[in-house]
Amino acid sequence: MIKSIKTWILVGFASLLLVACGQSGGGAGSKKSKTLENTKKAGFVKCGVSQGLPGFSNADASGNWTGIDVDVCRAVAAAVLGDADKVKYTPLSAKERFTALTSGEIDVLARNTTWTLSRDADIGLTFVGVNFYDGQGFMVRKNSGINSVNDFKNGISACTNTGTTTELNMRDFFNSKKISYEPIAFEKADEVVQAYDAGRCDTYTTDKSGLAAQRTKMSNPDEHKVLPETISKEPLGPVVRQGDAVWEDIVRWSLNTMIEAEEYGVNSSNASSLKDSENPAIKRLVGSEGELGAAFGLDNEWSLRIIEQVGNYGESYKKHIADTGILPNRGPNELWTKGGILYVPPAR
Amino acid sequence: MNLKKYKIDFKNKKRLIPQVLTISFIIFVIAYFSYNAQINMGNRGISFGYGFLSQEASFDITFSMIDYDGSYSYGRAFLVGLLNTLLVSIIGIILCTVLGVTIGIGRLSQNYLIAKAAEWYVEIFRNIPLLLQIFFWYYGALRLLPLPENAINFNDISYLTIKGWYVPKFIWTNFSIFLLSVVVSIFAIFYVFNYAKKQREEIGKHVPAGFISLGIIIIIPMITFLVGGVSLNFQYPELNQLSDTVYNFKGGVSIIPELISLALALSMYTATFVAENVRAGIEGVGKGQKEAAASIGLTRGQILKLVVMPQALRIIIPPTTNQYLNLTKNSSLAAAIAYPDIVLVFAGTALMQTGRAIEIISITMGTYLFLSLTISVLMNSYNKKMAIKEK
Repeated sequence: MIKSIKTWILVGFASLLLVACGQSGGGAGSKKSKTLENTKKAGFVKCGVSQGLPGFSNADASGNWTGIDVDVCRAVAAAVLGDADKVKYTPLSAKERFTALTSGEIDVLARNTTWTLSRDADIGLTFVGVNFYDGQGFMVRKNSGINSVNDFKNGISACTNTGTTTELNMRDFFNSKKISYEPIAFEKADEVVQAYDAGRCDTYTTDKSGLAAQRTKMSNPDEHKVLPETISKEPLGPVVRQGDAVWEDIVRWSLNTMIEAEEYGVNSSNASSLKDSENPAIKRLVGSEGELGAAFGLDNEWSLRIIEQVGNYGESYKKHIADTGILPNRGPNELWTKGGILYVPPAR
Repeated sequence: MNLKKYKIDFKNKKRLIPQVLTISFIIFVIAYFSYNAQINMGNRGISFGYGFLSQEASFDITFSMIDYDGSYSYGRAFLVGLLNTLLVSIIGIILCTVLGVTIGIGRLSQNYLIAKAAEWYVEIFRNIPLLLQIFFWYYGALRLLPLPENAINFNDISYLTIKGWYVPKFIWTNFSIFLLSVVVSIFAIFYVFNYAKKQREEIGKHVPAGFISLGIIIIIPMITFLVGGVSLNFQYPELNQLSDTVYNFKGGVSIIPELISLALALSMYTATFVAENVRAGIEGVGKGQKEAAASIGLTRGQILKLVVMPQALRIIIPPTTNQYLNLTKNSSLAAAIAYPDIVLVFAGTALMQTGRAIEIISITMGTYLFLSLTISVLMNSYNKKMAIKEK
């Protein structure tokens, strides 16, 4: 009996620890943004990124993070703190990311995360936009003779990341094709790459951008190819905690500013010289007209700083995705005016 | 509850106050944190509840001992994970006991080479972190295995490849009759042992119970094959081409490499501790006991079996129980190599898909606690049986 009491106490403490982790962080419902206040006080933006996905968020040898997801956090830091470098990056596995955000360990999650209904509505998260339109694909060995998903046969083994939409799409796909398969789900992307590379599985499935990026990590990238089919919609975008509407707006419009800046041809080198532009939309973007920043408690040059320090979306894409050879073609991630689907509400 | 042991005097206020304070402090802390959690979760629109367990899981699992696919519920996925954890723990416990006892006795061997080899084994495997050993087996050793088309072939019966170890599948007819015969044999063996003991104690007659039992367990089930309509067929794995260069094996049972490497790493690591327990236990039996046994003419084997081991077990069992518990808990490292145990499947994928962190982690912790306590209870009752009985 004594033993069982001890047990209960143990259970009690264990649950305390858990709950205690869920403590800190944004106050909800208040008009002032607690997250904004805390960020200003701390002097840096707490940003959750991947554990290393070239083009999206990847740390170089000296520990500097780069990528288009990283640029979202840098934009928020430039807007809120005036310096795009004032970001603290926390690398997270797919499994950890949402808990880290809801528990307040991070304030922005920019980690190639797919926007879905259940994630948005159910678990205390809010998606603020899309910074990359992606879709799930398959990678196979070139010599395998598999040229399309229609060449998959019963018994194929597929490696992927656990805790992702990929895992669910894969099942939907193979079920609809009535193919039995062996799913092998690893926690870290690097582990998936290693397992696939060694021959543990016949195909590797994840977002196509991810496949393109991970291919560069294979022992011999030329031996692998990505199949042409796309089996799902994967709109990837930054996420914030539910309950802090002001902070949500700041992150949303930091991203929108980058896209809008590209649309109006404002970039990091010409932004400050466009203060006296003829076009009022450009003037609003560089802060020489209107009082847009006031709406979320920022000064009027917040958007100028984003464009100057981080650049517009096109610059970011070119630098991290196109020039690195991951996906030279912008595809759907082109502006709506140029045949893509990037379309953001006007900043006015 | 044996409160007397703790000398709580409910009439003496001086003594009662600290107890009451402690309990109210604990209740306060628990209440404070659960209240806080409720408020915070409410603010963020996170609901609390276990209803998700009956929802469709919609993800597949590599390896399952019961029927499962994504159309089953999260509750079922939990069960799959739990069974996989149990499977690797049981395999690990059996292997580590066999290996540990062998090495433990080996360390005390008179043979210099055997003793030294056992010592080196213990020193090496005990001092390398378990996670690294798991990585070694999975990413190192098993990665050297060939692809299915070049499989290591065991006589066309079984094949070892990087995708797993393929073994024949047993196809039974009238399996229940066979099972019944095994149960009957076990009862018969119990009876034989009891009879043998009685004979020995009452009239000093030696009955070869071991040989008789062996005969029973072989002959009775054999009879069911001859007259009971029981038959056993094997389905052998066959190489199957999926595309130009992609092969797998069809038929048979596949033992996935994740399970092999996890079981190997867990048992080889834990065996070092078991070996040390065994050595300590044997060395802990007084020298006089062995000398006394030798002086009445017992052989070396008899000394070990009848005099040393019964006493040594009393020293060996309690710390070995701890090692079994450790092994079970350490099996949660499975998540690192994609073995679908309860942590990977339930506290991993299911947690991610549902976002119900507090519920899922609490269930998972409760499960491990339950497993550990069960092992403790079993081992404690065995320990009681082996302990000195004062007559």
